[in-house]
Amino acid sequence: MQTYVARRLLALVPTLFFASLIVFVTVRLIPGDVIDLMLSQNDVSASKLTRDQLIAALGLDKPMWEQYGLWMGGILLRGDFGQSLWQSTPVAELLLARMPVTLELGLLALIVGLTVAIPIGVYSAVRQDTGGDYVARSFSILMLAVPSFWMGTMVMVFPSIWWGWSPEVRFVPFFADPVQNLKQMIIPAIILGTSLSAVSMRLTRTMMLEVLRQDYIRTAWAKGLSEHLVVSRHALRNALIPVVTLIGVQAPLLIGGAVIMEQIFVIPGMGLLLLDAVFQRDYPIITGVFLVVGVAIMLLNLLIDLSYGLLDPKVRYR
Amino acid sequence: MASVLEARTPRQRSALAAFTIRLFKEKPLGAAGAVIFLLFLFCGVFADLLAPYGMNQISPLNRLKPPSWQHPFGTDNLGRDMLSRCLYGAQLSVIIGFCAASLATIISVVLGILTGYLGGRFDLISQRFVDAWMSFPDLIILIVVVSVLGPGMPQIIGTLGLLLGIGGSRIIRSAVVSVRENMYVHAAQSVGARTPRILWRHILPNVMPPIIVLFTTRVGTVILAESGLSFLGLGVPPPAPTWGGMLSGSGRTFMFQGPWLALAPGLCLTLVVYSTNMFGDALRDLLDPRMRGSR
Repeated sequence: MQTYVARRLLALVPTLFFASLIVFVTVRLIPGDVIDLMLSQNDVSASKLTRDQLIAALGLDKPMWEQYGLWMGGILLRGDFGQSLWQSTPVAELLLARMPVTLELGLLALIVGLTVAIPIGVYSAVRQDTGGDYVARSFSILMLAVPSFWMGTMVMVFPSIWWGWSPEVRFVPFFADPVQNLKQMIIPAIILGTSLSAVSMRLTRTMMLEVLRQDYIRTAWAKGLSEHLVVSRHALRNALIPVVTLIGVQAPLLIGGAVIMEQIFVIPGMGLLLLDAVFQRDYPIITGVFLVVGVAIMLLNLLIDLSYGLLDPKVRYR
Repeated sequence: MASVLEARTPRQRSALAAFTIRLFKEKPLGAAGAVIFLLFLFCGVFADLLAPYGMNQISPLNRLKPPSWQHPFGTDNLGRDMLSRCLYGAQLSVIIGFCAASLATIISVVLGILTGYLGGRFDLISQRFVDAWMSFPDLIILIVVVSVLGPGMPQIIGTLGLLLGIGGSRIIRSAVVSVRENMYVHAAQSVGARTPRILWRHILPNVMPPIIVLFTTRVGTVILAESGLSFLGLGVPPPAPTWGGMLSGSGRTFMFQGPWLALAPGLCLTLVVYSTNMFGDALRDLLDPRMRGSR
């Protein structure tokens, strides 16, 4: 187990390095005319930034490798992500304020997704090729195709036309008023969760089908155990291991979806921070969100890999 | 030579016909997907002929008209015909979908074949790069690139192609790794065939099935990603009639008066993505049984 952990941690180092390079290079592609655009867009006389000052603020006046070193050094040594160009707030502060909101939305969506996916997936496998199985599978394939932003838009529009009811869009932090907070979060979480549940449902079904054909399941049946016990005790536990990995695979989709949900339901998370920064061309914020999201997903995948080692002894010795 | 060519063509045609028959017999849902997909292609290619009105033809007298015989999908807040806009939207989706999916597939194939066949340190390092690349949400990379390069069709096609191309290289790589160990590849190596020849003549034809499946499903992914971006106001700029753009924030205000505005573009999107998924799944099951159950 120790060598497994050590190997996984070691493999993370080059991946993190590449991730920082991807973020750095993508954002440093800024062509010169964007600087002019930024100057014309953001009333320069008010913020008193000249062209040279702006270039210096973005760190574009130094050679590439030095820029990268300064940027990485600041983050690693001082947790310094730079300053927002127009708000004069440290980016790290903005990130810390917004992160819990997106995390909450993601977690809620994950819970919704799994509560939908696992029971339906199990049902579908146990009653393979029955009407219920077909309905469940068609539903999941349909959910894969329905764009979450369309669902979000319809939830905003139709209830308001039919019943004069519309979803809550006034944000309250969870610890200030949990009920009010959940009232706003639950609808986007349901939309996001159901759209993600399609894949985990299909995987649960496939894994269950595989496990249900194993010898030890036949033994369990032969012992005269009830269906409930066979399915929940013997089959489900083993079938769920790959579903855990899927959570890591889905994390990028979850965050991407959260950006859209935050925009529709006006939830002040990382996604809205990113979108606002994009429209204002506030590059230090864009870089910060970009890096934090990527690294967070990488660490999540590391945790999942490690827990996988605990759940499934076969993995440790590979 | 001529007789060989003549003899080959009908046989190939019958292979395609046989495949189509198999598709309809064994995978009726997949066949339905294929039909919808072809219909969508047809609408996109001939949008100029099919659309009853221009895509940006404004008609102030016909503002926010509900669906009728004259305007089957209704009209929007500027009196533009929604059916025509959806058809032109299909055209944009076809262009973006096919260009970006082709680019992505080419990148996936080149990268997947090189890393899978050459292996070694080159493979190790590039796989860490792919790891890093894949931990960024597609949508976030797209948003960041658009924020740097500005919105527009070429940027979106290029970014989506690169984005999905790098991710998809994993699938091709794993197919190549298993093909690489086949006897005919070892035979080619031992008679001294050069690497490019082996890759072209022996590896590529044998990884064609996953490539075809990858391309088909990518078309749907690209269309969905582009519409998400347009929805956020970062896609092809208005007044271009993108499906995502029609559903976006500025249009939403009018949906309370004309709820049909929310229906047509979303239905088009769902139908097209659904059809590519179904068609792709069926192709995968028929062409490449090893990939069954993976996504």
